[in-house]
Amino acid sequence: MSAFWTVTTVLLFAASAYVLGRARALACVNGDVRKLHSLPGHYGWATVFYALVPGLALFALLQIGTPLAPLDTIAAVVLALAGLFWSLRRITADLRARKTVEFVALVLLILAACVAIATTAGIIASLVFETQNFFAQYGWRDFFLSTTWAPRFQGNSDLGFLPLLWGTLYISAIALVFAVPVGLFAAIYMAEYAGRRFRGVVKPLIEILAGIPTIVYGLFALITVGPLLRDYFAQPLGLGSSGSSVMTAGLVMGIMLIPFVSSLSDDIISQVPQSLRDGSLCLGATQSETIRQVILPAALPGIVGAVLLAASRAIGETMIVVLGAGAAAKLSLNPFEAMTTITVKIVSQLTGDSDFAAPETLVAFALGLTLFAITLCLNVVALVIVRKYREQYE
Amino acid sequence: MSDRLRFEDPRPGSLLERSDRTARRSAAEARFRAYGLGAVLIGILALAMLLTSVLSSGLGAFRQAYLHVPIYLSEAALDKSGTRDVEDLKKVTTIGYGKVIAAALNNAVARAGIVVDGLTDKEIADLISREAPAQFRNMVLADPDLLGQTVEVPILANGRIDGYLKGRVTMETAALDSNVSPRQLQLADAMIQRGLMSLDFNRAFLIAPDASDQRPEAAGLGVAILGSAYMMLIVLVLALPIGVAASIYLEEFAPKNRLTDLIEVNIANLAAVPSIVFGILGLAIFINFAGLPQSAPMVGGLVLTLMTLPTIIIATRASLKAVPPSIREAALGVGASRMQAVFHHVLPLAAPGILTGAILGLAQALGETAPLLLIGMVAFVREFPDAPPEGLFDPASALPVQIYNWTQRADPAFVERASGAILVLLAFLLVMNAAAILLRRRFERRW
Repeated sequence: MSAFWTVTTVLLFAASAYVLGRARALACVNGDVRKLHSLPGHYGWATVFYALVPGLALFALLQIGTPLAPLDTIAAVVLALAGLFWSLRRITADLRARKTVEFVALVLLILAACVAIATTAGIIASLVFETQNFFAQYGWRDFFLSTTWAPRFQGNSDLGFLPLLWGTLYISAIALVFAVPVGLFAAIYMAEYAGRRFRGVVKPLIEILAGIPTIVYGLFALITVGPLLRDYFAQPLGLGSSGSSVMTAGLVMGIMLIPFVSSLSDDIISQVPQSLRDGSLCLGATQSETIRQVILPAALPGIVGAVLLAASRAIGETMIVVLGAGAAAKLSLNPFEAMTTITVKIVSQLTGDSDFAAPETLVAFALGLTLFAITLCLNVVALVIVRKYREQYE
Repeated sequence: MSDRLRFEDPRPGSLLERSDRTARRSAAEARFRAYGLGAVLIGILALAMLLTSVLSSGLGAFRQAYLHVPIYLSEAALDKSGTRDVEDLKKVTTIGYGKVIAAALNNAVARAGIVVDGLTDKEIADLISREAPAQFRNMVLADPDLLGQTVEVPILANGRIDGYLKGRVTMETAALDSNVSPRQLQLADAMIQRGLMSLDFNRAFLIAPDASDQRPEAAGLGVAILGSAYMMLIVLVLALPIGVAASIYLEEFAPKNRLTDLIEVNIANLAAVPSIVFGILGLAIFINFAGLPQSAPMVGGLVLTLMTLPTIIIATRASLKAVPPSIREAALGVGASRMQAVFHHVLPLAAPGILTGAILGLAQALGETAPLLLIGMVAFVREFPDAPPEGLFDPASALPVQIYNWTQRADPAFVERASGAILVLLAFLLVMNAAAILLRRRFERRW
C-alpha cells in the first residue's frame, strides 16, 4: 500500500470518528444542544483523538527498529477501533469534551514551542559529537595553537585554527570600522534631523540593503569591488595583485551591515525619552551637543548591544567571504592580501566528496562549534544589554 | 560643558554680534549634520552601485544570439530505415544532427554570398552551439513527422559569438582565444547584416536546466527555480503552522517559568546563529543520521524551516501583542474559553501581521545560500525533479546556489549568467516584499 493510500485511509477514519462522536453526543440529548456540556464538535474531536492517537502511537512504537510487518498494522487497527468504541461509549451530556480537546491543543502548542529548544539541542549535539571524533584523531593543542593550516588529502595535515581566526577577525574588524560610524550617523540623522518626507523615502531605501541576499553581495565583491580595489589601490601601492582580499570582503560586508546597525540604533535612539532632549535644548545646547552629550550617553548600552550583534553577524557571514576573501590561510597584516575565514573553510571542507572519518572533514565540525560558541557569547551579551536598556526607559 | 561655562569668561558683546564661540558651535552643528547626511548618502550610494553593477552585467543574460537558418531535416541522414520508428531514430546521435545543421549553415552562408578570407567550413559550423544538435534531436524524437521537412527555428549560437554580439568578446581578444577566430566574428557581422543572426529574448534562460562548463550559452535556471519553489513550499507548510503555534503558546498561555524563559532565550539566539551552522545541523542530522538523500529539496526545506522559524515567531508574537486585551476580555466575558478566545478572535485579527511576517521569512529563506552548500545542493543537476511528493527527494538545485555555482566556473560568460540569475532572484524577492507591504497597508488595523 502506498503512502498516499495510507494517509487517505487514516484521514477517512478520522473523519468518520468525528462524525460518529458528534452524532452520538447529539443523540444523547435528543438534539437539544443546550443540554450538552461542550459544543457538539468538541465531542467529535475528542473521539478523533482517542481513536487515532493510541493506534498511531502503537504503530510508531512497533515500527522502531523492525521492518513493516502485517501484524503491526493489524494490532494498530485493532487498538484504533477499540479507542473509537471506548470513546463513543463514554459520551454523555455531562462529559467535558472541551477540556480534552483544549488540553490536546495546548500540548500541541507546547510541542511547537519546544521545536526551538530541539533545534538548539540538535545543533549542539551534532557539533559536539563530531568535534569529539575530531579531537580523538587530532590534538586540541595543535588545533587551537598552531599557526599553519594546510590540509592534505593523504592525511598528516596541519589544521591550525589561528590563521582562520585571524582572517575572520581582520575582515570583521574592517567591516565594523566601516559600518558602525556610517550606520550610527545615518541613524542619528534619520532619528534627529531628517524631515518626515526625507525619512519616508530614504529609510526604506537603506532597508533594501538589508533584504538583499548575501550571495548578491558576494558577487558584487567578486566582479566589482575586488577588481576596483586591485586596480586603483593594491597595484599602484604595490600591496598585492589579488582581486579577492581582506579589504574587498570587509568593505562589502560593511555595506551589508549598514542597515543592520542603522535600524537597531534608530530604534534605540528613538527610545530615549523626549524629556531628556527637551531638557538639554532648554539649557541652550545645540542639537548636535544634545545628541553627543545627552542622547548618545543615554543610548550607549543599546548601541553597544547593536554593535555586538553586528559583530556576530560579521563573524558568521559566509557567502561574502567565500566569494570575496580568497582561500589562502595566512597570518598577515596586509589588507590587500587574500586571506580566509572560519566559515570559508567549513564550506570548503564539507562540500564535495567528504569522508566522515578523516580529520580533514571532521575539522569542519570543530570549526563550526568554535564559531557557534563565539557568536553565542556575543549574542547573549548583546541581548542581555539590549534587554536591560529597554527596561530602563519603559 | 558646565565646567567650561563657569571658567570661560561669559562676558557677552552685543547681542547683534555673533561671538566667536557661537560661530564655533554653529560650525560644529553644521559639521555634525553634514556627517549624518554623508552617512545616509554613503548608504544610498552603496545601494546604487550594487544595483547598477548587477544590472549592467546581468541584463545581457536575458538576450541570446540565435542563428536564423532554415534546416532541412533530411530523412536520408537522420532516419536510415525510413520507418520513423522512435527506437530507430534514437540510434542517430547528436553528431549526426550536428552534421546536418553544419551543412545547412554552410549552404546558407554560401547562398547569402558571404565571403571571408581563409574561413573554413569547420569554422562556419563552429558558430553553432554544441547544444543545438541535442535540441534538434529532441525535437525530432518528440515529433518524427518533422523529418523530410525544412524547419526554421532559432538555432543557439556559440557562447563566444554571443559574447561578441554583447561586446564581451572583441576582435583583439578573439585573436588570442583558441576557441574563436576573428574570421568567425567577421562572418557573424556579415550574417547580422543579412538578418541571419540576431539577439533575441532568451526564454531558455528561465526554463532550461543547467549546462556544462563548455556551453554557457545553453545554461538556464529551470531546475534551480523549481528546486527553490519546492523548498519554499516545504518552508511554508512547516514553518508557518509551527511558528504560529509556538507564538500562540508563548504569547497567550505560557506561564512565567524557567522553561518559558529558556524557550525565549533560545528563539532570540537562534535568530542570530550564523546560517552556516544550520547547514552543519542539516548535514549531521538529516543526511548523516536520518539518511535523507543529498541535494534533495526536502533536506533544504527542513534546514530553511528551522532557520525561518525565529523570524516567523518574532513577527507573529508582535502582531498577537498588538491585538488589544479588550478583545480577549470581551470573548472571555461572554463565556468563551481561553482557547476559543484566541482561535476565534485574536488569531483572525492578527492574521495580516502573521502573513506579512511569513512572507518576509520566506523571502529571507529564498536568498539563503550557505547552508544549502553543505547539504550537497552544489551538485550539477540537469534532470528536472518529479512532481511532489516524490520529487521532493530528487536531486535539485536552488537559485542562490546556482548563482554560486556559476561564479565558480572559468568561462566569463557564466558571470553574465550569474548576474542574470541574481536579477531573477531579486525580482522574486521584490514581488514577495511588495506583497508583504501591500498586505500590511490593506489589512493592518490600528487600535
